[in-house]
Amino acid sequence: MQLPPALHARLAGAPGSAEPLPVERDPAAGTTPFSFAPRLVRFPREHDFFEDGDVQRHLYLQDVLTQVGGAPERPRRPSARVPEFTCQVAGCCQVFDALEDYEHHYHALHRNVCSFCKRAFPSGHLLDTHILEWHDSLFQILAERQDMYQCLVEGCTEKFRTSRDRKEHLVMRHLYPADFRFDKPRRSRGPAVPGAAEQVLAEALGDDRAPSEGDAMEVCSEHVEPSPEPAGERRAYSHRIPSTICFGQGASRGFKSAKKRNKHQ
Amino acid sequence: MWSRQRGGLKPLRCGVEQLRCRRREREAALRKARREQQLVSKRLLRDEALEEAEEGCVAMIFGEAEIQQFLRLAQRGTEEKEREGALVSLRRGLQCPETQQTFIRLEGSIRTLVGLLTSNQALLQLEAARCLHELSHSEQSAVVEACLPATSYLLTYLSGHSSDFIELCLYTLGNLIVESEAVRRQLLPQGIVPALAACIQSPHLTVLEALGYALSQLLQAKEAPEKIIPSVLGSTLPQHMLQLLQPGPKLNLGVAVEFAWCLHYIICSQVNNALLITQGALSTLGLLLLDLAGAVQRTEDAGLELLACPVLRCLSNLLTEAAAEAVGGQLQLRDERVVAALFILLQFLLQKQPSLLPEGLWLLNNLTANSPSFCTSLLSLDLIEPLLHLLSVSNVVLTVLCNVAEKGPAYCQRLWPGPLLSSLLDTLAFSDTEVVGQSLELLQLLFLYQPGAAQAFLQQSGLQALQRHEEVAQLQDRVHALQQTALHG
Repeated sequence: MQLPPALHARLAGAPGSAEPLPVERDPAAGTTPFSFAPRLVRFPREHDFFEDGDVQRHLYLQDVLTQVGGAPERPRRPSARVPEFTCQVAGCCQVFDALEDYEHHYHALHRNVCSFCKRAFPSGHLLDTHILEWHDSLFQILAERQDMYQCLVEGCTEKFRTSRDRKEHLVMRHLYPADFRFDKPRRSRGPAVPGAAEQVLAEALGDDRAPSEGDAMEVCSEHVEPSPEPAGERRAYSHRIPSTICFGQGASRGFKSAKKRNKHQ
Repeated sequence: MWSRQRGGLKPLRCGVEQLRCRRREREAALRKARREQQLVSKRLLRDEALEEAEEGCVAMIFGEAEIQQFLRLAQRGTEEKEREGALVSLRRGLQCPETQQTFIRLEGSIRTLVGLLTSNQALLQLEAARCLHELSHSEQSAVVEACLPATSYLLTYLSGHSSDFIELCLYTLGNLIVESEAVRRQLLPQGIVPALAACIQSPHLTVLEALGYALSQLLQAKEAPEKIIPSVLGSTLPQHMLQLLQPGPKLNLGVAVEFAWCLHYIICSQVNNALLITQGALSTLGLLLLDLAGAVQRTEDAGLELLACPVLRCLSNLLTEAAAEAVGGQLQLRDERVVAALFILLQFLLQKQPSLLPEGLWLLNNLTANSPSFCTSLLSLDLIEPLLHLLSVSNVVLTVLCNVAEKGPAYCQRLWPGPLLSSLLDTLAFSDTEVVGQSLELLQLLFLYQPGAAQAFLQQSGLQALQRHEEVAQLQDRVHALQQTALHG
């Protein structure tokens, strides 16, 4: 199919068009036995007309064994390891020999970290909610009078009086698991002052029920009876972690840990 | 500027003929699936470079005991490397359907995997996610549905920042989404639409492409028009999608393909296309069409037809909306470059993907049907002859010519003389009643508006051409009418 040579130039040219020719219809046009009339045509989803294109689309989806490394912005050479380096965040001693591994580590553990209690969260949203519910004394006061516990699902604007109510909402309405890891109430370990900036270093470092693996990401701070957690939850994380091992939770070490801690009974 | 399509296929060891054969088989299977409305495809993200680094990527069949051991090591190993290594081994095993089956039947296995997914050991998280991804890609429903306990976490992680991890979660979610309506019935209340809407603001191309994939799967679901598209339209997703389809230096082919398909599924469901038009969909798509036409001239890149197809469809369908009329006055949709671009694309499709030509011609019909402006462009840009070249492809060529001719003498004058007459005489020789019928309609218009047309027709043995169809039921009245007009004016 030969296209007029000027066409390509026209495409590259300025927008616009020639003045349309005058339209002048004869009433006899398209009358019986003829029937032509210009019509806009639309095709719905499942129409056979789309079969060829749909099949091509799916061949594309199926064909490509996607290479994670092929994207232009991230040339990957995992076989080229770099000399070992340590995470630069204060207190984290995780060691890496590949940059890509470091990216996820950093974002998972150092990006959304609570500056009060050093817990890491998977997103800014959960971090904000945690700070509000756990470290904001005004929140506690307001919570006595109105619904303050916000649903954790992005886009849901419901608020609740208690975190238990919120959990129920998460389970019933949003089909979340009852043991959703980012909505565990903090276990009270004795008299604790609500809203006080807790030093949880003791927990992080040496405590038998170390949150360093299981509870790293609670959001709410309501003091409730330790809810009977299914044994499976705890079993995985009940072993004592030697204090020399740092899982990079962002917990401060060194001089900071010399500060006084609130030891929980 | 169009960036190149990603990496390319892993070189396979079999010959070209075998490849073709396999492709034909796959294509046949896909056609059958589509006819049964079961068109489902999953994507598997495997880091080939990573696999190369792990010498020997043979998927292993593991038994219960081995799987248990890997899980135990991953959970409780003292050495990080040991824990990671255990999960890596498990992941490689899970590439194998037998291991997958064994895994899901093992009590507590998914629970442990989810625990690792949500642990605060970043590399364990990543490996656990890769394990889940393998499971999500399975053809066995039981295996895929075993991943359901992880979905709330996968969605939560979409708001994070680690692009690799998010990409993996998205492809996993995409695979889960197509599995069954039951899965979607869980994902929707868990907030998948708002999660995607938040995630689409990511600057990472890989994340965006993965998101587009997941979203396209969601939108392709059977129940999408009632249950999914309304909430998608109510979110900020459409605006972001259109933004990602804006031509310019930042346009990425892989990303654009996914979102163009998303738009197509939304538009052809006809839920609220007027909204998309107010958000500038026509304008964006029109500009994209121009850009595409430019790109096909410049580059040999494979894959432009993957984008052309949904863009053509979206434009064609949107033009049928009443709201399009209102907007049409404004802009691109009077611009004759659109017609130029379409023909450049038609030429490209003729070589690359002839099966898509009817879709291009469909757009041409919708552009010209009610638009004197576009009909004039067709004439002034000298496109009638190239158009006639496509007569053998589709009857729509005749319809488009009728669209032009019915606008009156000024138009027919420009259609005449030229190759039109001989082409029409050719089509009259077809036995296809549809084709002949359309040719007769066109002839009537030409006889009506163009003095001398009937005469020329007679001189070229037009009457004989007509005679052939005198006895055909659907055609005879029109044949006789034309014979009368030709002979007696």
